[in-house]
Amino acid sequence: MRFGYYPGCSQTGTAKEYDISLRKVIGKLGVSFDELDDWSCCGATSAHVTNHKLANALAMRNIALAGTQGIDNVVAPCAACYNRLVLSQYETMHHPEIKAETEELLSAKFTQDIKVMNVLELFMKIGLGKIIDNRKHELSDLNVACYYGCLLVRPAEITKFDDAEQPVSMEKIVEATGAKTVDWNYRVECCGAAHSIARRDIVIDLSKKIIDDAVDNGANVMVVACPMCHTNLDMRQRAMKRVYPGHKEFPVLYLSELIGLSLGMNEKELGIDLHYIDFKYDGNILKNTVA
Amino acid sequence: MICREAQTRKADKNMSGNALKDTKKLQASFVPPTPSAPDTAQEHSETANQKHIRSIADEITEKTFQNVSLCYQCGKCSAGCPVRFYMEVAPNKIVRLIQLGLYEEALNSNTPWLCAGCLTCSTRCPNSFDLAKFMDAVREVALEKGVEVGERDILNFHKAFLDQIKHHGRSYEVGLVADYKMRTLNLLQDVDSAPGMFVKGKLSVLPHNVKDKKSVKEIFEKTSIKKNQTPL
Repeated sequence: MRFGYYPGCSQTGTAKEYDISLRKVIGKLGVSFDELDDWSCCGATSAHVTNHKLANALAMRNIALAGTQGIDNVVAPCAACYNRLVLSQYETMHHPEIKAETEELLSAKFTQDIKVMNVLELFMKIGLGKIIDNRKHELSDLNVACYYGCLLVRPAEITKFDDAEQPVSMEKIVEATGAKTVDWNYRVECCGAAHSIARRDIVIDLSKKIIDDAVDNGANVMVVACPMCHTNLDMRQRAMKRVYPGHKEFPVLYLSELIGLSLGMNEKELGIDLHYIDFKYDGNILKNTVA
Repeated sequence: MICREAQTRKADKNMSGNALKDTKKLQASFVPPTPSAPDTAQEHSETANQKHIRSIADEITEKTFQNVSLCYQCGKCSAGCPVRFYMEVAPNKIVRLIQLGLYEEALNSNTPWLCAGCLTCSTRCPNSFDLAKFMDAVREVALEKGVEVGERDILNFHKAFLDQIKHHGRSYEVGLVADYKMRTLNLLQDVDSAPGMFVKGKLSVLPHNVKDKKSVKEIFEKTSIKKNQTPL
């Protein structure tokens, strides 16, 4: 199985462990990526909150590249990139005036939809059976809080994937690793995302609420699928401790890292040592292949 | 248009406080104005021109392909908004202000800038009004009109971020933080996390450039916002 791959800026910097672990995990599952040649930033939050034409054109430049490179499905592991690419493509394909304008601006023709997938869709497509067949560790002592964040499953009528309020796909994937999932309240709440630098106070408050609710509901680790969420929930815990002195460090992993652990890779291979909050897994090694 | 706006303001004022009890007065304030026939040709052309002035509500509708009157003020958006607590005005009230033509109040508030664009409101709206998209358009109009933005730091962050994209095609964190600090003079902010990021190899000293930088720069040049300083 081959998929197009749009890494997004975070994957080359602050979220490089997400990129490293995702590539290794899909390799183990017999899948490979064709990285989009010369991809550029999707514009992220900053473009769409200030200039809708710019936001649309920046995202569509990448869709146009996929078209010319013969890639008809693209995996965007960052939830924000995923959301921008899906929304811009929807706008372009549904409003003839935007389509004409964007085509002229980029000197491109948009004739068919490029399927943009988030990382949950990717693992669902690869198949949970593949994870189960290949796993070396059953992560049964982990109680995982699956955190979707805001942009991974929204807006549901456009992303056409899972439910916007009560999604289940990440739980299914996590359970395929043998880990348990907890039922909690903040699965689709926002962490403050783009305000991470300009309004750190807001981000710390929101992230603290998310972590506290996961802990209160019995989780011992959180799993995310977005570099922004990870920055706010992992890196910001240091500042969180200053604002909330009683705060206890709580590990936050990328989904790909958790799957990697169950496939038998260690923390260093997966880049978990790059996190701010340490996480060591010393679980049971499976005696037999698990059914 | 201006006339109608003034009337709405008046009606709004009357609705508050004791005036509400005075039903007669209230009803009187809602009587539509009787259009008087223009006396001279000059006056006629003025009325005709006024009819064609695009209001800010019209501009927002054009940018978002949705009518602002779709919102019937149930407040479900504000109830679920994660950043409502930090806002001066609730998100649904921004829509109301725009519906009423009270543009200054809407554009001057910090609410649109604090909106994190998480789409919770748009997901939950019972009348399918995409409030997040509406907020995008409100911010854009505020920039076009040159409105003084209350949340300077947030705007400076966006400007610094987009500058990196314009020059490199991809985000360049070191450049972004340096640019942001120069704009805001918050020189000491975040100095605690930066060294750790360097040690972990997460921040690269050099930018990641796309090969075809010109094409990205061109996008910025062709879509740059034209300031249109007509009064609100």
